[in-house]
Amino acid sequence: MSAARIARRTGAVLGALAVWQLLAQFRVDAWLRFSQFPTVTETAREFGRRLAGAAYWQDLGESLTRIATGFALAAVLGVAVGTAVARSPLAADLVGPPLEIVRPVPAIALVPVAILLFPGNEQGIVFITFAAAFFPVLVATRHAVRALTPVWEEAVRTMGGGRWRVLWSVVLPGALPGIFGGLSVGLGVAWICVISAEMISGEYGVGYRTWQDYTIVDYPGVFVGMATIGLLGWATSTAVEVLGRWVTRWLPRTAEHQARTRRLPRTAGRRAPARRLPRTAQVPGADTGGRGPRAALDTIGEPS
Amino acid sequence: MTSTDIAAAAPVEASGSGLRLVLVDAVLGHPGAPVLDGLDLDVAPGELLTVVGPSGCGKSTLLRTLAGLLPLLGGRLTQDGGPVEGPAADRALVFQEDALLPWRSLRANVELPLAIRGLARAARRARADDWLARVGLTDHAARLPHQVSGGQRQRTQLARALAGRPRAVLMDEPFGALDARTRAGMQRLLVTALRGTGATVVFVTHDVDEALFLGDRVALLGTGRVLPVPRPRDRAAHADPATAALRREVLASLGDRPDP
Repeated sequence: MSAARIARRTGAVLGALAVWQLLAQFRVDAWLRFSQFPTVTETAREFGRRLAGAAYWQDLGESLTRIATGFALAAVLGVAVGTAVARSPLAADLVGPPLEIVRPVPAIALVPVAILLFPGNEQGIVFITFAAAFFPVLVATRHAVRALTPVWEEAVRTMGGGRWRVLWSVVLPGALPGIFGGLSVGLGVAWICVISAEMISGEYGVGYRTWQDYTIVDYPGVFVGMATIGLLGWATSTAVEVLGRWVTRWLPRTAEHQARTRRLPRTAGRRAPARRLPRTAQVPGADTGGRGPRAALDTIGEPS
Repeated sequence: MTSTDIAAAAPVEASGSGLRLVLVDAVLGHPGAPVLDGLDLDVAPGELLTVVGPSGCGKSTLLRTLAGLLPLLGGRLTQDGGPVEGPAADRALVFQEDALLPWRSLRANVELPLAIRGLARAARRARADDWLARVGLTDHAARLPHQVSGGQRQRTQLARALAGRPRAVLMDEPFGALDARTRAGMQRLLVTALRGTGATVVFVTHDVDEALFLGDRVALLGTGRVLPVPRPRDRAAHADPATAALRREVLASLGDRPDP
């Protein structure tokens, strides 16, 4: 990314913080009430205090462990079940209908189920995180697998490839771009649900801490919690995004996209030098010297 | 380099083991929607049979059936006298549409049938590079399919099909989407590449001149007749009265008016 774009993005965040600071510092009450809001500086001071303590890091570790476990389970099972449902009529009949009925239930509404099912809170929270991320991954995988170009599979089968070869060499790599869409959405809802579940029934964890701070009216603490959640969500979704782009780097990109992501050589006046055509191509027929316009033509299909 | 590697890199692989493919009173098509009924076809080992017919007459269905991708609705299909059950590596299919895996480099695409056959990494790389060289794509081996031209993709498909040393190659209008100049080059390339492989080839096309240039025999799918093509294989042979008569006959079978 160019320096100008990094500056622009940083500026956008700083601008938002400045608006918050001004609204809170001058206790603006104009229908929306900012009079009780902690300012950015108060929140930052509190953030600093917490970073120095052990409790903050313990909470962070708890939440990250929960989301990593739940999300990893959801990713693996979501891809597996989504692929099975898309590829096998039997799986579609047996697994499809029950899942379609459970799917509309918000994961956080499964808290009572989790309490009944699991011996401890910990497993329950992981279960809810899993349930939240599972369905987006499942649905994205199912669609991606169904949308695969049939001729890819036919090609591998006529090479003598069996079911597993088709699965590993065609279905999974071909569905990856779609699967990563589901993983991004799944990670987002997984964060929502892990924090909510912690607020309801957690011991430790960022969500638990944020709710505790609210009950003891520690507003800067609440804002530290929210900032933590926001930063964690942003960092993890960026990681999934970067991984996804790397895994699907074979996808054709538009020329515009390539120009944006690759650093192009710049000359004074911010313009890349125009590429010169060879002289012979500029003046067809003139001074061909054995490398006339024909040399510029594609030589496809001219075996040597 | 071992002696096997040298054999693999040799320009000619004289195996002489083309499949004989026989259809007897065959009904082809999708269940409930037969396209061809009562088809008899006998493809001799090592011959290049071109198949022409009007659009929608079932040319692609025929090839997919021979490949084992479509089950017969009736009749019999045998290879060397034995039944054909499903697709197998000894019958390679070259598709009209772009059937390269877009996430694999050209080299990795050509290596795929070799990996399926269980060749070690070094051996399949050597053989893939050899075939890419034969179709003139050495410089593009590391590129992805979308980074090369349509003609180069079809050349890669050809290399991929032949690298697995199939005993039959089934080609479904492989050059149909290419411009005339590229197509002529591809036809010459195909003849060169097939030389010495011994493979039986069934080549479907809607281009009569392509069918006459490439084929040992021409099957007219609309009429069910199979006609021998006079040799030598040469474009100048169109001046030959026997070839001209055959060309008129093929065109007539397509329902076209012969050229004046």
